[in-house]
Parts: sequence; C-alpha cells; structure tokens
Amino acid sequence: MNNVLQIVWLIPVLPLIGFLINGLGRKNLSKTFSGFIGSGVILVSFILSCWVFIQVKNGNTHVAHYYDFINTLSLKIGMDFQIDQLSSLFLLIITGVGFLIHVYSTSYMHDEEPKDFAKYFAYLNLFIFSMLLLVMGGNFIIMFIGWEGVGLCSYLLIGFWFKNNNYNDAAKKAFIMNRIGDLGFLLAVFWLIAKTNTTDFHQIFSLVADTQKNPLSTFDITGITLLLFVGATGKSAQIPLYTWLPDAMAGPTPVSALIHAATMVTAGIYMIARSNILFSMAPFTQSVIAVIGLATAILAATIALKQNDIKKVLAYSTVSQLGYMFLGLGVGAYTGAVFHVMTHAFFKALLFLGAGSVIHAMGGEQDMRNMGGLKKYMSITHITFLLGCLAIAGMPPFSGFFSKDEILGEAFKQNPLYWGIAVIGALMTAFYMFRLYAMTFLGKFRGTHEQEHHLHESPAAITFPLIVLAILAVVGGWVGIPEIFMHGGHRLEAFLEPVFAPSNDIVAKHHLEHSTEYMLMGISVGGALIALIYAWSKFSKYEKTTAEETGIGKILSNKWYVDELYDAVIVKPRQSVAAFLNNVVEKKGIDGFVNGIGKGVNYSSRQIRLLQSGQVGNYVLLMVIGILVLFIIQFFL
Amino acid sequence: MFGNYITIPHLLIFIPLIAGLLNFFIKSEAGAKLWSLLAAFATLGISILSLVYSKNNDLSGLTFNYEWLKFIGASFSVSLDGVGRLLTLLTAVSFPLIFIATYKNSYKNPASFYGLMLLAQAGLMGVFLASDALLFYFFWELALIPVYFLCSIWGGEKRIQATFKFFIYTFAGSLLMLIGIIYTYLQTAATPFSDHSFAITAFHSVLVSPAQQNWLFWLFFIAFAIKMPVFPFHTWQPDTYEQSPTAVTMLLSGVMVKMGLFGLIRWLLPMFPQAVMKFDTIVIILSITGVIYASLIAIKQDDLKRFAAYSSIAHIGLMCAAIFTTKTIALEGVMIQMFSHGINIIGLWIVIELIERNLGVRKISQLGGIAHKAPVLTIMLVVIALANIALPLTNAFVGEFMMFSGLFQYNIWITVFAGLSIILAAVYTLNMIQKVFYGEANTLTATIKEISLNEKLVLGLIVVMIFFAGVYPQPFFDLTKNTVSTLLTRFK
Amino acid sequence: MPVNYYIFLSVALFCIGVVGVLTRRNAIIVFMCVELMLNAANLLLVAFSKMHHLALGLNFPNLASEAQIFVFFIMVVAAAEVSVGLAIIVMIYRNTHSIDVNFLNRLKH
Repeated sequence: MNNVLQIVWLIPVLPLIGFLINGLGRKNLSKTFSGFIGSGVILVSFILSCWVFIQVKNGNTHVAHYYDFINTLSLKIGMDFQIDQLSSLFLLIITGVGFLIHVYSTSYMHDEEPKDFAKYFAYLNLFIFSMLLLVMGGNFIIMFIGWEGVGLCSYLLIGFWFKNNNYNDAAKKAFIMNRIGDLGFLLAVFWLIAKTNTTDFHQIFSLVADTQKNPLSTFDITGITLLLFVGATGKSAQIPLYTWLPDAMAGPTPVSALIHAATMVTAGIYMIARSNILFSMAPFTQSVIAVIGLATAILAATIALKQNDIKKVLAYSTVSQLGYMFLGLGVGAYTGAVFHVMTHAFFKALLFLGAGSVIHAMGGEQDMRNMGGLKKYMSITHITFLLGCLAIAGMPPFSGFFSKDEILGEAFKQNPLYWGIAVIGALMTAFYMFRLYAMTFLGKFRGTHEQEHHLHESPAAITFPLIVLAILAVVGGWVGIPEIFMHGGHRLEAFLEPVFAPSNDIVAKHHLEHSTEYMLMGISVGGALIALIYAWSKFSKYEKTTAEETGIGKILSNKWYVDELYDAVIVKPRQSVAAFLNNVVEKKGIDGFVNGIGKGVNYSSRQIRLLQSGQVGNYVLLMVIGILVLFIIQFFL
Repeated sequence: MFGNYITIPHLLIFIPLIAGLLNFFIKSEAGAKLWSLLAAFATLGISILSLVYSKNNDLSGLTFNYEWLKFIGASFSVSLDGVGRLLTLLTAVSFPLIFIATYKNSYKNPASFYGLMLLAQAGLMGVFLASDALLFYFFWELALIPVYFLCSIWGGEKRIQATFKFFIYTFAGSLLMLIGIIYTYLQTAATPFSDHSFAITAFHSVLVSPAQQNWLFWLFFIAFAIKMPVFPFHTWQPDTYEQSPTAVTMLLSGVMVKMGLFGLIRWLLPMFPQAVMKFDTIVIILSITGVIYASLIAIKQDDLKRFAAYSSIAHIGLMCAAIFTTKTIALEGVMIQMFSHGINIIGLWIVIELIERNLGVRKISQLGGIAHKAPVLTIMLVVIALANIALPLTNAFVGEFMMFSGLFQYNIWITVFAGLSIILAAVYTLNMIQKVFYGEANTLTATIKEISLNEKLVLGLIVVMIFFAGVYPQPFFDLTKNTVSTLLTRFK
Repeated sequence: MPVNYYIFLSVALFCIGVVGVLTRRNAIIVFMCVELMLNAANLLLVAFSKMHHLALGLNFPNLASEAQIFVFFIMVVAAAEVSVGLAIIVMIYRNTHSIDVNFLNRLKH
C-alpha cells in the first residue's frame, strides 16, 4: 500500500476545497452544511494522514515533486512535499486536533449568522491548508508559503468580529509582529540561496553534513540559524516578539485553541526541528535559543500568576510552554521539544476548549473573578479541565510529565542552572493553572443571578472533543516513557530517530546516572505538587476584592509593562518619524525644493518682464548697445 | 509583401493609434466607450497572439524595420523581445480593465477622453517596442502628451498646478535624455546612408570612454528616475495621482511608471555597463532610502489616492534597486514584478475608485465599516492588499522574494534595511484596511452599496491573475529568460 | 577709388540712421532712418562686390555681380517693410491722431 504517498497532495488540497466551498457559497449554505463540509474535509485529511503515518512508520518516506514553482537560470524551487517521520507526526496533530476543534466550533459558533458561520469555517479550513503546507513543504519556500499563510489566517480569525476595533488592533499586532519574524526567516533563506543556491531541505542538509563540500562557514551557519530563530520568535511568541499572543485571545476561543495553542505557534519549533542539523552545528545559536526560551518561560509564567482573564492565563501559559520547547531545542533535545509540542497540543487545546465551554456557559464572561463553583453545573467540562491542568502541571503519569521531564533532564545535562530556573517555572505553572482551576470551578459562584440561571453543561459537539482530548492528554505521553522506567519505552524517539540522526552524530549524548534522574524528577514533581496544593487551597476560597494590586503584583498584572515599553520605544518613534518625514522632509524639503524651482522661474520672469517697457526707443537702444558689445568682443577681445 | 509591413508590433501600435484618432469623431458617449473598449480588446488579442506567435525569444525574433529618416540613420524599427512582450501584454491587459472599471463614469466630452487614452496606449506600446533611439524618444513623448491633457482637462480641483508640475518635471527629464541620445548618436559608427545611426544595435555597441559614460549615465538615469519615480524625484507623483481622474491614475501607475524601469533594462544598462558598475551603490542606496521613506510616509496619508501613490513609490524603488544589483535572480524578479505590480496597483485603484464613486469621499478618516455592507468589495480589496504586501501565493511574492534575494547577494546590510519595508508595508496596508473596511460603519459608509456584476468581474479577473502568477509564475520566467541572460552578459 | 571711401560713407550713413532711430519720435522719420541704414548696407555690398570682381573677375567671370543680387533682395524687403510699416502708421494715426513712437507702448497694457 505504497500508493497513499502518491496522493499526499490531497491532504492539504482537501481543506483548500473546503475553504473554496465555504468561502464562495457562504451566502447560500446552511449552517449545518458548511459545518459539515468544514469538518468533513479535515476528517478525510486526518484519515489520509493516519494512513500516511502508518506508511512512514513502515519506513516509507517520500519527497513528492509536483511542478516547478520557480525554475530560472539562477534558482530552482519545486512545489515539493516532504513526507517523513517529523512531518507525518505533525500531520496527525494538525488534522487530528484540527478536526476536533472544527467539530467543537460547529456548536461554539452556532449563534453566528449563516454567512459568518461559513466564513469562519472557510478561514479555519484555509488555516489548516496553510499549516499543512508549512509542515509538508520540501523546501524553505513552500514552508514559508505556509508560514505566512498561517499568519494571515491568524490575522483574519483574530479579527473575525471585525466590528470591534480592539480586536482589529490585536489582529494587526499579531500580523505585524509575525512579519518582523518573517523578515528574519526570509533573510536566512536569502543567505542560504546566496551560499548554496538552493532552498531544498535535502540538498542543504546533505551539503552541510558533508564536511568536504560544506559551502557554509561557521559564521554563515550561526548567522542563518540566528535569523531563522528570529523567524521562530515571531511565529512562536518568544521574547521579544511574544506580546501579540495574549492579545490574540480576541479571536473566538476555538481559534485560540487551534492556532494560538496547538498548531501555528509550534511552527517555529517545527522549523528548527526540521533544520536541526544546521542548529546543531551552531552552538552559539543553540545557547541563544536556550536562554531566550528559558527567559520567555519564566517571564510568561510570572505574568500568568496575576491575570484574571481566563484566556489570558492560558495564553501566557502557552507562551511559557513554548519557552520550554525552545529550551529543549536549545539544549539539543529535539525529540523532547517535538514530544512537548505533541502533548502540549493535546492538553492546551483541551484547556482552551474547556475555557471556551465555560465562557459559553457564562454567556461570554471571561473574568475569573466572576466565576467560581462551576464544578456542579458542568461536570464533563470540569473533569476534562482538571485532567488538562494535571497534565500541564507535569503530574505523572499525565502526558505533560513525560515531555517536560525529558526537556528538563536534557537541560540539566547541558547546564544545571537551566534546569534550576526551568523547575521554578514549572512550579509557577502548577500554581497558576490550579489558581485558574480553583477560581473557575471551586468555591461559590460569584457572577450575576442571570448568569447563574443560564449555567449549563455544553452540548455534545463541545463535550465530545473535550473527552477525546482529555484521553489524549492523559495517555499521550506514554509513547515517550523514559528509559529508566521502561526499556524501549521511548517509542517516539525511535520513530523520529532518522530525522535527528545527523544532529545526534554531531552532539555527543551522555547519559545521566539513574539516581540523578530520579532525583531531578522527584524535585520537579514534588515542587509542582506543593505549588498545586497551595494554589488549590488558597483560591478555592477566593473572594472578590476591590483592592488594587500593589508592588510586584501590580507590575505582574500589567505584564511587566512590556507593551507600554514597546509603544514608547518603537511605535511612538515610528509614528513621529513618519509624521516628521511627511510634514517636514516631504512637504517642506523635497517638494518645497521642487516647487521652489518653479517659483524661482516665476519670480525671475516677473522681474525680467519689466525690461519689456513698450518704448520702441529703448528696444533700439538695447539693440545698438548689443551690437556694439558684439563688435567690441569681436575686435578687441 | 503586405506581411512585411504589417506585423504584430505594428498592429500593437497602430490599432490604438488609429482607433484613438477616430475616437475624436464619435459623437455619442456610449459609442465612444464601446469603440475604445473594442480597440482595447483588439490590442489585447494581438498581444496574446504575440505570446504564441513565436517561441523565439531573442531580440531579432520579431524585428521589423524600414527607413524613416534615412539621411540621419533613424528608422521606424520595432521589435518584440521577452521583456517587450511582457510589458506590451501588461499594457494590453490594463486598458480593457481600466475601461470596464470606469465604464459607469461619465466624462464631459467623452470622445476626446477615450481618444486620448488610446493615444497614450499607442505611445506606451511604442516605447516598449521601439528599437531605435529616436523612435523611442518620439514615443516616450507621445505617451506623455495625452496624459497631460487627460489630467489637466478632467482632473480634480488643483489639476492645473499638479499637471503642470508633472509635465515640466517629466519633460525636463526627457530633455536630459534627448541630450544623451544625441550625444551618444554622434559617437555611433557610420551606416551606408549616414554618418551615424540611431539603431538600438548601434547604441548598444557604441564606444564611449568611461569618463563620458559617467555623465551620459546620469542624463539617462535622471530621465528614467523621474518617470519611475525614484527618491528624491518622486514628489510629482502623489500630487498627480491625487488630481488625475482615476482612469488616468491607473494608466500612470499601472503602466507608465514601467517606462522608467523598461528604459533602464532596454537602454541604460546595455549602453553604459561601466558607469552602471560605478554608480550602482549610489542608485541602490537612493532607491532603498526611497522605499523606506515612502513606506513611512504612506502610514501618515489620509487620502486613499496619496496612500496608493506612496505605496507604489516604495515598490518601484525596490525594483530599481534590484535592477542595479545586476544579479540574475534580481532581474528575473524584476521582470515578473513589473507585471504583478501593474496588476495589483490597478486593482487597488479600482477599489478606491469604487469607494469614491459610491460615497464621494476618499479620506481614510471619513470611512470605516465598509465590510458590513460590501463584503465582496472587501474580500477583493483584502486579496489585492495582501498581494501588495507580497504574501506568498500572490503574484508579488515571487518577484519580491527574488529581488530581495538578489539584493542580499549584492549587500547584506542594504537588504536588512530594505527588509524593513516588508514590515512597514504590512503596517500601512493593514492600517488602511482596518480604518476603511473594519470597525463600525458611520452614517456615510452605511449607505454604501455592494459592487455590481461587471465590477465584480473586473476585480475577480484581477484576483485570478494575482493567484495564477502567485501559484504558477513559471510562464513569466520563461518569457523573459533570454532578455535577462543577454543583458547580463555585459556585466560578466 | 579705394574701397575705404565707400566704407566711410557707409558707416557715416549707418550712424546717422542709428542716431535718427534713437532720437526721433516721429514714426515716419524713424522709418526713413531705418531705410538709411539699409541703404548703407546696400552701398557696402555693392562696393565690396566691385572690389572682389576686380580682384578675381578675370579668372571667374561668373562671380561678377553675385553680391549685387543681395542688394535687390534687400530693396525688395525694404519695400515690403515700408508698405506694411506705413500701413501700420496710418492705422495708428487713425486711432491716436499721433505718430509719436512713444505712444506705441499701448500693447503693454
């Protein structure tokens, strides 16, 4: 059954067809039909992806070339799809989680008008299409097409309710910050083209791996990888480009789950994992990535401690978790990072969808201070949410434990300090997640009576994805059981081995003592457990207060004032430079000069005109003088 | 015998020329519109025919020539090479689009309006086809004069002032070029009939010393730079775009600015390679400064027309810089981008025109919330705007990607600086979309009507072209491959 | 007779003409002075023609009177000019009842 690899193009094309049907027919389609089409195409893609995955697992990898995208004297770029272990795993995550979120959306967005409903599904399908292009691309260009495409869909979906200008601002911010990263990505690609004259993954990686023919110097590789990482910071919301992600919560909640938690934001990790050989050859870049990842993880975790908007907490938690993944990439734990991408996709999608279910029940309320005690109204949401919280807090045997532990372990090997800081972040994660859980589901209800009356468990289209994701959040980690628990338990590592093999050749792996490993695990799990219990006990009795935050709490709830800082350092100066150029340089300077020439001609002709007195005698006199002058010049000079 | 004289290049010039002259005698408005539309479609047909007529891409592929002013070595010789095919196609595509999009506008004295439009088309075709320096100059001016009348008769309030500035500015540039042409002519080798020759081959093989090249280069470059326009010669453009009737603005920004770029590729680079190598850095820095400068200014514009003008200046600046890198990849990018930019900017103008016709204003601050009442218009605009910021799978991506790539091979730091325009383009374009189309509708914009079928058709066609060239750009590369390689042999 | 005499006479005539044009206000007298200048030029042409003819005439008989032909041209032009000019003066006189050239700056306004 090799032929499924011949029709891999169907996997992205099906969502594209769904996009076209929903987009073009949005005025005529019923909600049921557009929901059905929107979810159906993703389901078919998912089934195909499973099939592809099985093929890949049997060892059939494949690069499909469809046509020459660019074929010129200077450059050859094919429309290539690469199917290997890494991309097939991402295919599964994207189409699988994507399908669940589509199903969820059919219910969540049901209050929209039919044409907006269809538009929503059109955008969502377009997003899946772009994301699939991103992971299936066989060269940097196809990847970049998807890379920008997901940014566009993110923009469209954040600004889905476009009447509200705050949402539009958030959408614009997301797009522009992504664009800053994209510039880095593009520069890296230009650099690659300049040096290797190709963008093809296979060619570049085999060129680089070959020490004899390697056209890239260490400086080149460091530069390229740093620029690629700039691209990743934009897309995956790392310092300094992370501020768009919390604002992106303006979009519908399923969008936050799909785009801003499970898939798009992991594109940066995918890209670095894909080009792991380059990064392994640039130790400097790796340490930069590790430090930035760690700093982001901590910074976002501190901010999440004090947020009261349920989606904002999850957003900062996402930023923080992405930081862990980058830490993993930075210390060379590519498998660990990809593993965390996978488990994170499960539990973070679950948490967002659960939050969506809560928001749905609360009639649009997102402030946790007005929630509380929802446990007894929404049992399925409650239980699944709890499982998600346990998974993200890294409690064994939930999925988050395995993936996070792997990253932490690798970080310890690299530098114990990394590990120490990362564990503090993990404790904060446990704390703010259970703060969130306790404030939402425990205690007594703090909202209005109207809201209380309205509280209800969500319909099956919402709870079904929650249940599936909850199961995955629990068992998802079992594909990567560490060696110390079970020999050969890390099936994911074995599966991904061919992709990361070149890097593993470069970076020597050393193993920790089993006792050390147990100790590290014990500390992180124990610490998280303490944080968890503390948060649980403290916030289950939460009462609404009107007291202003003070001191460090105020700084945290204002997100370290980073937005204000960017505003003052970048946005405002840009505005005033633009105003200066427009009002002074352009109007007074350049245009003034040009118009000045015109005015000068006008003025001088007005002066010279006075010579034209109309007195014939004057003219003749001037003529005579002119002739005399000519004579003098002719004969005497 | 007849076939020796009437060929595709001739048809491309003479159909609009004759149709335009005849147009002046048509009495009824509907007749004038129909006649000019027919002529535009006929030209388009010929232009498409030229793509299939000959697979032979070299300059001699479709060259025809007979003596014009034999005694001074000038001849009426036209030829159609790759870049010529591309730009004549762009010209031929633009005019039907412009005519259909503005079909509902009524102009006073329509016969003259459409007649002058067609004459401008004839001039443009001549510029792209001429392979004789004197003929090139002749058409260069012929394209300018109808536009002058179009702007000064049918323009906005301050049209006289703006048009005067435009005319004097470009005319001054043309005169510099004329001096350059005459001087170069005097250096050319003798022909059997005269002492010198205006033929393109003579100009390309002209022997001038590096010292002479230095100043000849600037004579030509300033003429082209004003036309494009390159910073700091650009200030005529926003004024002219703002004051001209939109049909003329489309013509100016979609096709006419390409004359400058075309002039660089066809004449300046092959003639003075040493001077190009010498001054490339200055020109590139000027162009890139202009790119960033215009992008920043675009953020601050309130008038949609001025907004589009500055956005266009930014894009053209990048193309000019890419040409001067003399890198294969950059030039290939320029070729496709010349076409793409024409299509995109015309699309943008059509949207602006529709808004203005519908609501009577084009101030960004007075608009908002159009997306509620006119979703189709909004979708079309968003696609065009995304093409404007070179999103992948739209036509502009391939071109910009390759141009930047060439620029990178030229100099990394200039590329980093120029790359800021990628971000700034997103800033100003999204700002515009948000302020004009999103948000709550105000009392004025609540009255907007959805666009009609033929407008949907035109914009739909543009969108299709945007995606076609974005997904499958290869035909454009094949078309211009030989032009690029022949050109670059001079720089090896 | 040496050609110098003709030149002196001609220069004298020309200067009289110039001074006349510059100083007189009567349009008809100005006209006559212009004629004087033209005829000074004519005189020179004839004189030089004769001189060259004497020098070269034996070898090139065809050169004989080429310069003198210009004199006829000038006379024709002068005649044409006078007829137009006088017509203008008549018209001015009808309008302003004066032929003072200083009144002719009306076009300026």
